[in-house]
Amino acid sequence: MAQQSGAALLMESLVRQEVEFVFGYPGGAVLPIYDELFGDERIRHILVRHEAGAAHAAEGYARATGKPGVVLVTSGPGATNAVTGIADAFLDSIPMVVITGQVPTGLIGTDAFQEADTVGITRHCTKHNYLIKDPADLVATVEEAFRIATTGRPGPVVIDIPKDVQIAVPSKSRANPNAGAHRYAPQMVAPADQIAEAVDMIANAQKPVFYTGGGVINSGPRASQLLRQFQDLTSAPTTSTLMGLGAFPNTHPDWLGMLGMHGTYEANLAMNQADVMVCIGARFDDRVTGRLDAFSPDSKKIHIDIDRSSINKTVPVDLGIVGDCATVLEQMIAAWGDRAGQDLGEWKARIAGWRARECLAYPERSKANPQAIMPQKAIERLYHLTKDRSPIISTEVGQHQMWAAQYFGFDAPNKWLTSGGLGTMGYGMPAAIGAQLGHPDALVIDIAGEASIQMNIQELGTASQYRLPIKVFILNNEYMGMVRQWQELTYESRYSNSYSDSLPDFVALAEAYGWKGIRIEDEGDLDAGILRMMEHDGPVIVDCCVAKDANCFPMIPSGAAHTEMLLYGDQVEGTMDDEAKALV
Amino acid sequence: MKIQSAETERHVLAVTVDNEPGILAKITGLFTARGYNIDSLTVADISTDHAISRITIVTNGPPQVIDQIEAQLERLVPVHKVTDLTAAGPHVERELALIKVAGTGDKRVEALRVAEIYRANVVDTTTSSFVFELTGTPEKVNSFITLMRELGLVSVGRSGVVGMMRGSGGA
Ligand SMILES: Cc1cc2nc3c(=O)[nH]c(=O)nc-3n(C[C@H](O)[C@H](O)[C@H](O)COP(=O)(O)OP(=O)(O)OC[C@H]3O[C@@H](n4cnc5c(N)ncnc54)[C@H](O)[C@@H]3O)c2cc1C
Ligand SMILES: Cc1ncc(C[n+]2csc(CCOP(=O)(O)OP(=O)(O)O)c2C)c(N)n1
Ligand SMILES: [Mg+2]
Repeated sequence: MAQQSGAALLMESLVRQEVEFVFGYPGGAVLPIYDELFGDERIRHILVRHEAGAAHAAEGYARATGKPGVVLVTSGPGATNAVTGIADAFLDSIPMVVITGQVPTGLIGTDAFQEADTVGITRHCTKHNYLIKDPADLVATVEEAFRIATTGRPGPVVIDIPKDVQIAVPSKSRANPNAGAHRYAPQMVAPADQIAEAVDMIANAQKPVFYTGGGVINSGPRASQLLRQFQDLTSAPTTSTLMGLGAFPNTHPDWLGMLGMHGTYEANLAMNQADVMVCIGARFDDRVTGRLDAFSPDSKKIHIDIDRSSINKTVPVDLGIVGDCATVLEQMIAAWGDRAGQDLGEWKARIAGWRARECLAYPERSKANPQAIMPQKAIERLYHLTKDRSPIISTEVGQHQMWAAQYFGFDAPNKWLTSGGLGTMGYGMPAAIGAQLGHPDALVIDIAGEASIQMNIQELGTASQYRLPIKVFILNNEYMGMVRQWQELTYESRYSNSYSDSLPDFVALAEAYGWKGIRIEDEGDLDAGILRMMEHDGPVIVDCCVAKDANCFPMIPSGAAHTEMLLYGDQVEGTMDDEAKALV
Repeated sequence: MKIQSAETERHVLAVTVDNEPGILAKITGLFTARGYNIDSLTVADISTDHAISRITIVTNGPPQVIDQIEAQLERLVPVHKVTDLTAAGPHVERELALIKVAGTGDKRVEALRVAEIYRANVVDTTTSSFVFELTGTPEKVNSFITLMRELGLVSVGRSGVVGMMRGSGGA
């Protein structure tokens, strides 16, 4: 048999990895690979409209299915356009393999046409990256790249392939094509003594709390099952970060809601007052901890994380356990045996007191536009009308994202796709496209803001082309609302450049792309509009015009402690000292 | 408002890595990207097949930062092992320096006398200059250089520290 070219070897390797979709955009430096894709039925190429869209679509696919997302882009601008999505996947621990074309090896370093130092640019926003110099290395590299992307703490891996390497045949025969194949071996199982110590601490706690995060989702659906099982044994009140929503059911009586900057009063106070905190696959992000020296001051802390660098990074813990969430939870359940645990009645009564504060009860009417739909209301209705279909929700970034986290309920993992770490506006629509491809029959909704949606608006065309019936539900407040809210709190309402001027007519825009467009202006039309959106079996934009002045509470201002939460009804307009202003 | 800073400690780390392209950039870039300090860094391959390199990094930072540096290094795929020699116990640290001194008369004689005391070797000489080779701890090298400043120091080249655990085991 004739020897295969680099491009052909790449295709075979992708097929071996059971890749269903490649999200990509062609260009000079990847033409040999595109030629291999031509007519190959085994892998479906999804042509996006911008490479950032490809990366976010791959992220959405990965988060919704648990499988790695695959991206293919050309050299230079193709690669640099994808960088935002790569950095996003890095911060949110999303498994992704990105194949970038590169100028031929002989031209590297000469400022050749469409040359960019992709390996250099992506070095610190990938879990690992490669420049392939010989087709002989391709098969082993792709194999290792997928293993690195998907095991341990997941993340993006870039494989940069010069054009001549795509065309050439392997030049050398490798004695061991899998050299170094086992150099990356994350620790999954925790030592038994640590498990025993953790179980003792939890069993003796009077005021325990489970603080769960994206690591539970990363660990696979079994981790969510085991979390529920372990919670059932211990009956510990449970909260989650933005990234972990869905791992624990929102309908459970011990569910506290999300914690952190826009978390619930009861979740944040339970964290503050707990005597034993069990962090399961979360990373003590600054949105979660608030002021560090006031964060859960009296608790003994246990941290379960597969990445040892997450442990003691910002918050020192009493017991750090390196391991995989599902595996460690299983070990803890076994070690728990038939213990009874403490009577948590008193603790739960205090929590019930905090719950009674009803921190998510928002003002019924906006001061500035009393007629307008309250955005929180819109999310509540969207949740109630769609929940029977167990929808997949993606978001953009801003107030609408936080309202979605607060008012939409999630009771299963992999249903919630959001950009948490990087906070990338423009993430939501491409992510919805990726999720819809992975789950063709699911109801997939991007909850968007009118500013964010414009950042990757070109992807309307991708959904049209592949007949993906995604829904984009825009909470249109005519402001970069999150920015406006911070300006109100910190800069005495000087709204510098946060007004969304010259907005397109979103209904007309939808129609221009062959989508359905629906505008909702009156609360009376809210339910009907949502139902019309759901009934249409193609893509829909809903332009839901909401109150322009609504703010998102509760809120822990930057640099404040959990006990200094701002709630609806608090007077918040003002300014802050420089120390607080310096925080993000 | 003022920029804040914290008390720091000096640590010597021995890092074994796969000898692959970009690994040094990964490591130095990690330090700059995360705001860690590098006082010195040495690297050379140490296996017969050139597959493995050993890097010695001297860094400083508060204890939690040192712990993070080690954890972040371990996260890099090509990194096999990170040993904190300072934390691990008794270890040897050595540095090599080449020191050029120019002068004549008393100063030249004195430079040679001091070099003998420090057991520095003369590796090059002209009638008006010496190049000394000195191996020792960074403190020893520092103090030699300080003395040579008075005796016609022209230039200094230093290798940076390499370190190893004492005893039969360990890194
Ligand atoms: C506008 C805005 C507001 C925000 N407000 C909030 C807020 O109020 N509250 C909030 O919580 N977040 C908020 N965020 C998100 C926040 O920035 C962080 O992204 C989020 O808190 C991090 O979630 P996490 O701790 O679950 O970590 P992730 O980023 O999901 O990281 C997962 C952790 O689990 C570990 N892990 C991965 N896989 C495994 C495994 N198999 N086993 C064990 N461990 C594993 C990883 O090493 C990592 O430490 C906000 C974001 C934006 C954009
Ligand atoms: C790419 C990018 N640029 C800037 C920001 C900063 N930012 C965060 S939220 C926000 C406003 C978002 O406005 P919109 O999409 O209308 O959402 P709203 O807050 O009004 O719900 C901005 C500009 C960001 N997160 N991402
Ligand atoms: Mg807006």
